[in-house]
Amino acid sequence: MGDLDFIKVKHLHIDYDILDLDLLNKVLQEETSFQWCISCGCCTASCSAGNHTTFNVRRISLLLRRGEIESLEKELEKCMLCGKCTLVCPRDIQLRNVVMSIKKNILKYKMSSL
Amino acid sequence: MKKIAVIGGGVAGLEVSKQLLEANIPVTLIEQSSKIGGNIKNYAYLFPDFYNAEELLNSYHYLITDPNLQLLLNTEVAKIDFSKKTYNILTKDGISVPADAIVIATGYNTFDARLKEEFGYGIYENVITSVQLEQMFKNKEIKTPSGKIPERIGFIHCVGSRDAKVGNTYCSRLCCVTAIKQAIETKKFLPSAEIFCFYIDLRMYGLLFEDLYLSAQRDYNIQFVRGRLSEASEMLDKRILIKVEDTLIGKPLQMSADMIVLMVGMEASDFSKQFKYHNGLEVNEHGFFNPINPHNLRNLTSKDGIFLAGTAIGPMSVGETLDHARGTALSVLSFINAN
Repeated sequence: MGDLDFIKVKHLHIDYDILDLDLLNKVLQEETSFQWCISCGCCTASCSAGNHTTFNVRRISLLLRRGEIESLEKELEKCMLCGKCTLVCPRDIQLRNVVMSIKKNILKYKMSSL
Repeated sequence: MKKIAVIGGGVAGLEVSKQLLEANIPVTLIEQSSKIGGNIKNYAYLFPDFYNAEELLNSYHYLITDPNLQLLLNTEVAKIDFSKKTYNILTKDGISVPADAIVIATGYNTFDARLKEEFGYGIYENVITSVQLEQMFKNKEIKTPSGKIPERIGFIHCVGSRDAKVGNTYCSRLCCVTAIKQAIETKKFLPSAEIFCFYIDLRMYGLLFEDLYLSAQRDYNIQFVRGRLSEASEMLDKRILIKVEDTLIGKPLQMSADMIVLMVGMEASDFSKQFKYHNGLEVNEHGFFNPINPHNLRNLTSKDGIFLAGTAIGPMSVGETLDHARGTALSVLSFINAN
């Protein structure tokens, strides 16, 4: 069937069946509260870094959920870990821990593949 | 003694009858099917506390033997004759039931999912409705028609609701919390299954509904994807391919699932649709009966002695239906006392 399929441009399209959710699952294990995000955007609206750069912390969590992890590391450099997102979260998600956990797990992955 | 007739033997009609019988008012209860209970017969558990629906229904069974209750089962109403002061209900079998006051408690129909042809209900075997899933809970078995235990299930919100294409522009409002209740229930049956809810908005309007939503995420790992199903197609192995836009990330998303459950909304009953054309009662643009106003006259119609109870006026939960029905019983009692 492969030859007859329509061409799917990967970065324009999410195919849930082939996603790599390894990083997500590790983060969820370390910070369970991340599981109950409702994507309300309070974190992004209050974000200090987001006021001056294109950093969008809500989007980071979505990218992780959809397995789009290539750009995560670079994006997270913009976070100053001020913790305002954690203060405003209506679902009491420890977002600062989530950011730390993503950073840590990306680092671990890099160390292991050295 | 005034003659009171209640049309519809669902929980609304049963509750009105119960309240009137307790006040020693004889009641004629007219039910089109062979059993009392109405739509609630199709439910295993009720949100938000997973209360057993059968238990609730059983609490009305004692009414059947009440000597003041005349129960007419298998009886469909053809017409109400409003021309005389004592109204006359004519049934399709040619019986006539005289009544000074009539309570219309004719409930709702669920949306016919075949009308959303692009979702494949009635075409693909692994597309089912929320009513069918509830039946599976009752039978204590969740399986696809080929006997497979589903590993991934998608719940599709707003099927037949908020959709101009099927003529229902209103929100049926109970399906959101029903989806979450059913998702949790499914996860209890199949702990290893992956469960996704595809929603436009989640309308958790009840006090305990938001807690149920949080519990679904926290305790049952149910995933929520914001995006309305645009189409479902069948794969070679009969599984279903879901196509939505993940509107929070802004990209099209596709996913295969062993089964999708269509959360069908509440529609006006055939009875109220039929009355739109054949009788003098007011019906609104959505097909439901119109009370005089939706505030303090929610149980009354513009016709003296004609009352409304339950989902005949629009989508309601079981608790709201029972409250409304009790209000209606009170209105009927005032009517009897005033006349």
